[in-house]
Amino acid sequence: MTVDVPPPFADAPHMRDWIAISPEGDVTFLSGRVELGQGSSTALLMMAADELGVSADAITLETARTDRTPNEGLTAGSMSITFGGAALRWAASALLVQMLDAASERLGCAPQELRTESGEILRNDASTGLNLLDFVSAADLSCRVADLARPKDAGERWKTFRDIPRMDLKECMVGTPFVHDMTAPDMLHGAPVHPPSMQSALVSLDLEALKVRPGVVEVVHDSSFVGVVADTPLAAARAAEWAQKRGTWETKPVGAVDPVKFIASSTADAETIVDTGNVNRNIGQWYETTVTRPYIFHGSIGPAAAVALWEGDEVTVWTHSQGVFQLRRAISKALGLEEKKIRAIHCLGAGCYGHNGADDVAFDAVLMARAVPGRHVKVVWSRRDEFHAAPMGAAMATNVRALLGPDNNLTAFDVIVNSAPHTNRPGAGGTPNLRAAAYLANPIQPARSADVPLARGGGANRNAVPTYKVGDVRVQRRLVHDLPYRSSSLRSLGAFNNVIAIESLMDDIALDIGMPPFEFRLQHIDDQRSRDVLERIDSETRQVREVPLPEGAGWGLGFARYKGTGGYCAVMVRVEVDGDVRVTDAFAVADVGEAVSPDGVRNQVEGGMLQSISWTLKEAVPVDGSSTTAGSWADYPILTFSEAPRLSVALIERADALPLGAGEISQGPTGAAVCNAVRAALGIRVRNLPITRDAIIAAVNE
Amino acid sequence: MSELQEVSCRINGKMRAFVVDPTMPLLHVLREVLDLKATRFGCGEGTCGACTVIVDGQAVMSCDLPAGQVDGRRIETAEGLDGDPPHPLVAAFLENQAGQCGYCLPGILMAARALLEGEPTPPSRARIAEALDGNLCRCGTHARILDAIEDAAKHMNRGPLA
Repeated sequence: MTVDVPPPFADAPHMRDWIAISPEGDVTFLSGRVELGQGSSTALLMMAADELGVSADAITLETARTDRTPNEGLTAGSMSITFGGAALRWAASALLVQMLDAASERLGCAPQELRTESGEILRNDASTGLNLLDFVSAADLSCRVADLARPKDAGERWKTFRDIPRMDLKECMVGTPFVHDMTAPDMLHGAPVHPPSMQSALVSLDLEALKVRPGVVEVVHDSSFVGVVADTPLAAARAAEWAQKRGTWETKPVGAVDPVKFIASSTADAETIVDTGNVNRNIGQWYETTVTRPYIFHGSIGPAAAVALWEGDEVTVWTHSQGVFQLRRAISKALGLEEKKIRAIHCLGAGCYGHNGADDVAFDAVLMARAVPGRHVKVVWSRRDEFHAAPMGAAMATNVRALLGPDNNLTAFDVIVNSAPHTNRPGAGGTPNLRAAAYLANPIQPARSADVPLARGGGANRNAVPTYKVGDVRVQRRLVHDLPYRSSSLRSLGAFNNVIAIESLMDDIALDIGMPPFEFRLQHIDDQRSRDVLERIDSETRQVREVPLPEGAGWGLGFARYKGTGGYCAVMVRVEVDGDVRVTDAFAVADVGEAVSPDGVRNQVEGGMLQSISWTLKEAVPVDGSSTTAGSWADYPILTFSEAPRLSVALIERADALPLGAGEISQGPTGAAVCNAVRAALGIRVRNLPITRDAIIAAVNE
Repeated sequence: MSELQEVSCRINGKMRAFVVDPTMPLLHVLREVLDLKATRFGCGEGTCGACTVIVDGQAVMSCDLPAGQVDGRRIETAEGLDGDPPHPLVAAFLENQAGQCGYCLPGILMAARALLEGEPTPPSRARIAEALDGNLCRCGTHARILDAIEDAAKHMNRGPLA
């Protein structure tokens, strides 16, 4: 099955939007989707090559740059393969049709007799001795993709190769693929001197003294924005640190020091997102739980970085943004500069996990480079900048109530999600939403976030609708804006906390009525793919679960279909609690439809599980009422190698189903599995994440 | 800034001499002075391991190691793992596809190399994990990385660093 005409063709209908052919006949596919460390470039290239019937190294892929590739919006929400991949398949198919038409003329046969495999044209499955790419001159890229394309059905795919290793991995190990590594003659290096929060204003800083710090070439000052441009990164960093220590900033009144309590107790108007009927009924027994999570850092190992170059009144910025076109528009708004004078080119950054500081640092670089036209300025944030200046994953509280009927079937589900906003992306609400834009003499503070609409999977309310058949469902969302902390999309958005809350309650109810957790869930499932995933995780782990557990150990289950429309994932973990919680083993079964790169899917699911275990057990952004107090990793521990469990991921492959994306399916189920395993191990439910030693003691004392 | 000093050391087997501020961290010497940019900047304060290199057989974080202290020492960086064929660790990481964004990998590879070359027999998984506890990975590739290092350990020639 393929999607109907993929959405990107509305704005980029022609083959030339998606394909470039060099004078030498080299074929390059153009994608608006970016590599964020998730392996999407490899998977996208695979899809285009497979459609042509050539090996993956016969073609190349160029991604996301405003002067060359189509605008496919943000690379976010696990949509790259579903939509970006489908678009490339369609474009490749159109090209194949043109080339096979030309080949059929040469051979004097009907095009329908021809197909390709390993780059060769086959006629009725027999060799013709002709190479497909020798017909590339027959391409007419002015044609519309949708007029020609007839992408392959599942049975026709993957004849030339099946899976390939990541193209970029070796370069990541021994080479210099990152924007951090970019070089240019006469390159200068910038470092911002960030105010403590987006609401604070610069009061005093000795700019003259800053200008004569060692290696400083320029000091860029615009109201509360201060940036140091120096001849080396070290000189820039040292000068910025010098300024950070000596400058004074006025900080607006202090917000809540315990943001989680503040959010959980908010009485702001609740907005009803879903309401299928009357949940205010009383036939049966109501069960209830509330799960909270704190603010969480994206925490890339490589801090945000960018390079900018001004030439005349035009600027180019090399960036690891998730959306180069959105970034261009945001810079245009912030500077009052026409979009056509701005070029944004995607480069590799460290893993991003959502809306981090990539866009902000790009604008920092643009502001600093403006002072030294004709010279590239590279800005790499400090670790402190990365923690202080980048948006964080939103703190939230999910309250779930479920009504169990007399026959042990759920008949109503009522969810209220209180949350800081899950998006503050560039351009949201018509404002640039770039950090430094709020510091300038003409400051543009971000518009109040409207969160992510349900049509795009929702933000705070993502996965607030259970994956189960539970009778009537009501979901309400209470967006809490009155905190000074800047929050935006972190992998899986609200789904992580919401799935934990729902799955905790499912386990609590099953336990209360004496039903095994699998059975209780299966009883509330009416679709086969969910059932298959759950039954498979049950059978995969049955044997290991029969091994007697030591005291303080337990198994837990978590399951969800991401966004209600994406991939299915069930996770089973074993924990041991000895003061701290340790996950010793973690199993997952995933169904993402067609797995374009099965190993890539497993890698993404594994990564989501590990990251989720880290969130669930360890992570909380420390705050002081106006910003974070974390200056280094010492203040924000994440999962270490010694704490990593043994992992096993199985895929249920469905070659004829739509590919659904894998990067965000395992976070919610894994967090839920850990929480349920801790419940099984200790007999108590820890509802406030992270599940640290202190949180366990607090839960015992509740 | 301190007075400039001449420093010479052997990097990936080649003698290199340079004149620098001796307080400049080795990481910046590698990246900016010698253009060896495979060693990554992650935190600048020795808390993430992205900048790990090997100095005289020991894995050390280069971001807070002053250049003045490496005079006369032997330094190995991730560039030294490249080649045809690549180092067994690189081969094992490729074989296991042990990476996602890959930013932390050069530091992890160097920490692993120092461990494997310093132990007479292949270390246990727990021992490998412990040796990597100073290296952070945010993508969650831990399990594959440990698998890859276990595989490499089986294939590596033992003995002190050349």
